[in-house]
Parts: sequence; structure tokens; C-alpha cells
Amino acid sequence: MRVVRPQAALPPKAALPPKAALLLGLALLVPLPASAEPAPAERTLAQVKARGHLVCGVSPGVAGFSVPDGQGRWTGLDVDFCRALAAAIFDDPQAVRFIPQSSAARFTALQSGEIDVLARNTTWTLSRDTAAMNFPAITFYDGQGFLVRKSLGITAVKGLDRATICLQQGTTTELNLADWFRTRGLTYRVVTFANSEQTLGAYESGRCDAYSTDQSSLYGERLKTAHPDEHVILEEAISKEPFAPGVRQGDDQWRDLVAWTHYAMLDAEEAGIGQANVARMRDDAPSPDVRRILGLEGAYGERLGLTADWVFRIVRHVGNYGDSFARNLGDATPLKIPRGRNALWNQGGLQYGPPIR
Amino acid sequence: MPDPRTPLRWRALAVQALLILALAALAYLAASNAAQKLARQGIVAGFGFLGRPAGFDIGQSLIPYAAATATYLDAFLVGLLNTLLVSGLAIGIATGLGFAVGIARRAENPLLRAFAAAYVELFRNLPLLLQLLVWYVAVRVALPPASDPAALGQAAFLSQRGLFLPRPDFWGSAAAVPLAFGIGLAAVWLLVQARGRAVALGKKPGPVLSLSALLCLGLPALAWIGLALAGHPVPVAWPVRGPYDIEGGLAVRPEFAALLIGLSTYSAAFIAEIVRAGLDSVAQGQREAAAALSLSRAQALRLVVLPQAMRVIVPPLTSQYLNITKNSSLAVLIGYPDLVHVFMGTVLNQTNQAVEVVSLTMAVYLTLSLVTALVMNRYNARVAGSRA
Repeated sequence: MRVVRPQAALPPKAALPPKAALLLGLALLVPLPASAEPAPAERTLAQVKARGHLVCGVSPGVAGFSVPDGQGRWTGLDVDFCRALAAAIFDDPQAVRFIPQSSAARFTALQSGEIDVLARNTTWTLSRDTAAMNFPAITFYDGQGFLVRKSLGITAVKGLDRATICLQQGTTTELNLADWFRTRGLTYRVVTFANSEQTLGAYESGRCDAYSTDQSSLYGERLKTAHPDEHVILEEAISKEPFAPGVRQGDDQWRDLVAWTHYAMLDAEEAGIGQANVARMRDDAPSPDVRRILGLEGAYGERLGLTADWVFRIVRHVGNYGDSFARNLGDATPLKIPRGRNALWNQGGLQYGPPIR
Repeated sequence: MPDPRTPLRWRALAVQALLILALAALAYLAASNAAQKLARQGIVAGFGFLGRPAGFDIGQSLIPYAAATATYLDAFLVGLLNTLLVSGLAIGIATGLGFAVGIARRAENPLLRAFAAAYVELFRNLPLLLQLLVWYVAVRVALPPASDPAALGQAAFLSQRGLFLPRPDFWGSAAAVPLAFGIGLAAVWLLVQARGRAVALGKKPGPVLSLSALLCLGLPALAWIGLALAGHPVPVAWPVRGPYDIEGGLAVRPEFAALLIGLSTYSAAFIAEIVRAGLDSVAQGQREAAAALSLSRAQALRLVVLPQAMRVIVPPLTSQYLNITKNSSLAVLIGYPDLVHVFMGTVLNQTNQAVEVVSLTMAVYLTLSLVTALVMNRYNARVAGSRA
């Protein structure tokens, strides 16, 4: 790449004026961003193995996705994903270093090689996908939703026609809301605030009938109200916010490994392999499907640069997708997020793992 | 050592010219640097974005605004008008309240004096932001919920969502009503001028105050009744109960109310101190002389003391007016869509045109401040000149 640019700039025959030569020399001296590092691409897995642990960028604190618990241990769906990767590579879910990333710094951290993978409820969009990163798989299907009082008795967003809606300003939330109501010929009144505390306060005091933001955040916001039982999050979403882990472009092996770690957790759940029964299933594998997933048949782990028992490691240490969801977000947790769109494809959801074969 | 052959003046000029050149070079460097960086980020510089569709809604607007058709320029105008509305009203209220409290601080009644002093110390010594938040929470907590508003028949409602009043629509033939009000105002101005001449000639002036009230209220009322009799009654939009909220009519929203109350009461405390200083600047002999002329205390204040105090009051009062306009940008924290909230918040975030948005906002506040200062300086020249 370093060679191509000067060549293109040079007329083939003309002698270089001294000034242009000087500029060219300077241009050659200044490293271009893409070639600045001797390609962290292509070799992420080798680097991680050599280092002995994975470095994972997470959000500094989103309930259910990545939060440090009372003992300072990171927990959450995104955190579990990193632990699953570490389990697959090292057979040790603790071989991860978590680096909290602000939303502004996250992409730079990935591109500079500071982190190996970004698991930080990041919405997969075209502009982000084309800007020097890849999104191997969707780990959580989110969407813009509405928190309303149960006493209103509404079940669909169209029930909010002519209602007042509180929002935090400066995000796409405002645009999604305007588009949704406009295309359906409905009206609403909006009150926007600069931060989420003010927004929730206004909603809770009765200034607004609904509070709108990403559904995954609304469950956390509901917990902050005085009486979480009196509020409900409408199931319907008015936008698509697919959360996906991010990796650097140009390292297909690593990209495959990240994608298949998620698919393995889905396939394990679909095949009925969970953290509770994984050891028994391996000793007495009932079907060829399960035998392939657990590495008793074929050499699928090796093709990813791992060992044959990679899925067994993931499920034993972290569990399948359903285990992780239930532990971090499900009904047993204070968040009580329903599986909804994140149920398996054969149970009415969108989570679909391609076959391991 | 100054060289006798180069006069000092020229050397000073040369130094200043060099300094200006250096500053200009620095500004050019910064500008070209910024332009380069923006180009690298793929941001097109310029104000072309103002014509693009905005696509978002705004809660309170003085002009018709709909996400479907509005441009960023419309959003800018909505924010600007909201800023002007709240600053203008706050300046008016703060002036009235400030003068009342300032005069009360020099009142005979000790209870009134103590009350005024307590007011000043309380409102002057707490951060404005804190006061705004308290007002906003207070407004929401104290008022009835939207599902059960306090109602005055079917004409007016009051809830957490705001105060809802009937709104007369003065377009078309109904414009006669505001026109009548304007004529009334003009007549009052003529009356005041005539009264000034009468006083100067030593004549007893007529009942100006009651006559003014009659003109300002009576003329529009006459126009209103006349229109109704002529078969073109003024159309009135009445507030009605909707599924969630009162709809139609004129709505005063709690964000606006909290900001207006907060700004007015806070600034009134400072204005009261300015007024007190102004009253104190008038020599005691002036009051005694007024008393010797058998003027009542109120007359002495109105005719002798205040006119002289204004010389001292007006310059710092101007600063307070500028502060009110600038402080109105704290609206962003209580959800009132002023210029900073709409333009520097949502529009900036959506367009990423930081340089243009911020410089336009700065230009607006600078213009507002300069115009306010210009008007107040002209007024000051008048009161300062009338001291004889």
C-alpha cells in the first residue's frame, strides 16, 4: 500500500521538481494508518494464544450486559461472550482482561489493537461495518421501545397516539419516533432532556405517558423507578438495533472464531446441551448432531484453530446462549427481559445458528 | 531607549501592526487546520445543511413546525423564538419584581424590609441551575396529574402537563382586536407626552392612569364586541380533554413556567440590589426637600428619588438583562426547547456541523446582547441627560 500511492501520483516520464521530491519523501516517511502496525490483522488468534489471555472491550456499565458485581467480577451477556471465547481458546473462562470502553473511544481501541474484540452493545450499521471493522454475528436483537405505566392498559405502540413521550436528546431516538408516528398518521408530543436521569424523573413524575429509548436500556431504567411493578415495556419495537461484537477487518480466522463462538452457543441450546447436562451428554451422546457439536465426531474445532472439544469447553464453563440469557437478563434476574426476538428461530425468535458440520 | 529619529507613535503603531498580523496568521492557521480535519472526516463545511429536512419534533413552538416538512433552519427559528420569548418575559418580570423588592428594602415598614432582605439573600446565594431544577420538580409535584386536571369549567385546565387556556385566533377580520390595542397604546403614549408638557407648564395633569387603562382594555373590548355583532366573532380555540392530555387552546408548559419563574426570581434579587444602591445614591437632602414641598412619600419616590437613581441603576441593569438572555440557555437541563437545546443539542448531533452550529449560536447570543446593550445605552443617555 505504501508503494501504490506515490506511483499513482508520479507522471511516468517527467523529472521530479525538487519541491515535489521533497514532499514525496515526506509522504513516504509519514506512515499511513493502515500500514502503521505490522498488521495486527490475520494473526489475532496467534497473538491471543501467545499472550495467554483475551483482551475484551466492554461497556463501562449496562445492567445485564456488562457490569462489575460486588466482588469486582465482570458479569453480563457481553461479558459471557468474551468468557466463552476464552473458554474455547484456553479452556479457562477467566483468561480475559476486560477494558471498559466509552462509546466515543470504542472503535479506536479496536482499530489500534488495544482490544481483540469489542463486545459492547454496539449497533451493527452499514457505516460502522464499512469503517474498518466487521460484525461477525448478532448476539442481541434490540430495538427502540417504550416504557409505560401498566395502569394505561395499552399493549401496542399505536395506543400512544396523542400521548406525551419523554426522550433523551441527541440520538437517533428522536428521528425514529418522528418517522414512526408520521408514517402511521399518528401524533404525539415530545419532551426532550439532556440526560437519562432527567428523562426518567420527568416520566416518573407523570410529565410524560411514555419513556422511549432502546428496550435493553428500558429494563434497567424500570429498575430505577420507585415501583418497577407499576411499569411495563411494550413488546413492540419501532427500530432495529442489532447488537454485535466487533472485530478488525482483514483477519478472517478471528472473525470466523468470534462468529462461531456465538453460533456454538445457539446450536448447543437448540440441541438441548446446557451447562447442567453437558458432561452427561458427552459421555452418552444420543445423536450424531450432538456428537459433532461436542467434538466426538469430525474435526471442526481444528478448522477454527482450536481443539475438537471447543464447544464442550464453552458450554461447560459459560453455558449455552439460553443459560447466559437466563443468568444475566431473564426472569430470574431483576431485569426480567423476555426472550422475545432473541429466542431461537424454532421458538419464534431470530437467533439462528448455522449447522456445525 | 527611544530613538529620537523614529517618533514613539510610529514605533507603537508598528508593534501593534505586527501583533495584528501575528494574530491573523494564527487565525488563518487554525481555520485551515480545521478545514483540513473536517475534510478528512468527510464533513462538508458551510451552511447548506440548514436547508436539509430536520425529521425530528419539538415540544413547544411559536411557529407552525412539523417534522414532516421542517428544515434545520425551521428548527433554528423555533429555538431562537423560544429563547426570545422566555428571555423577554423574564426581563419584564425580573424588572418589576426587582424594583418592588429593591424599593421594599428601603421601606419604612421593618417587616417589609426584612422580607425583602430575606428574598434577596435567598435567591442571590443559590446557584441558578439548582433553583431551576427545584422549580421544575416543584411545578410537577405540586400540580394535579394529567388524568385529573384542576378545571375552571370547560375553559381552563391546570395539570402537570401545563396550564391550558382558551386561545383567541387573531387572523383575518379578528386582527381588528390587536389593532385596537395598538391604537390604545399609541393614544396612551400621546397622553403621557401631554402629561409631561402639562407638568412642565405647572398645570394639573388629568387622570392619566385610569384613562390609559380604559384605552388599552376598552378599545380591544369594543372591537371584540363589534366583530361579534357584525357576525364575524373572534374564533376561539378551547382546550378540550383528549385521551391522554388536554389538547387545543393555549398551553403553558411546565418546562417554560419553571424556566421563566427561575430566571425571573433569580435575576430580580440582583436587580433589587442594583435598585437599592441607586436609591442610596440619591442624597438625603433630596428627600427632605421633597418632604418640605409637602410631597407624599410615594410622590417623592416617583418624582424626585427614582429619576435621579436611574442614572446609577441603568448601566448595571443592562448587564442583568444580558445575563438573563444568556442564562436562558440553562433550559437544556429542564427540557425547554430553547436555541441551545434544539440547535446545539439535536441539530448538532444529527448534522455533525459543529463549527457552523456553534458559530451561528454564538452569533445569535452576541447579536441579542449587543442589541439589548444598544437599547439600554440609549435609554441611559436619556435618563443621565435628564438629571437637571
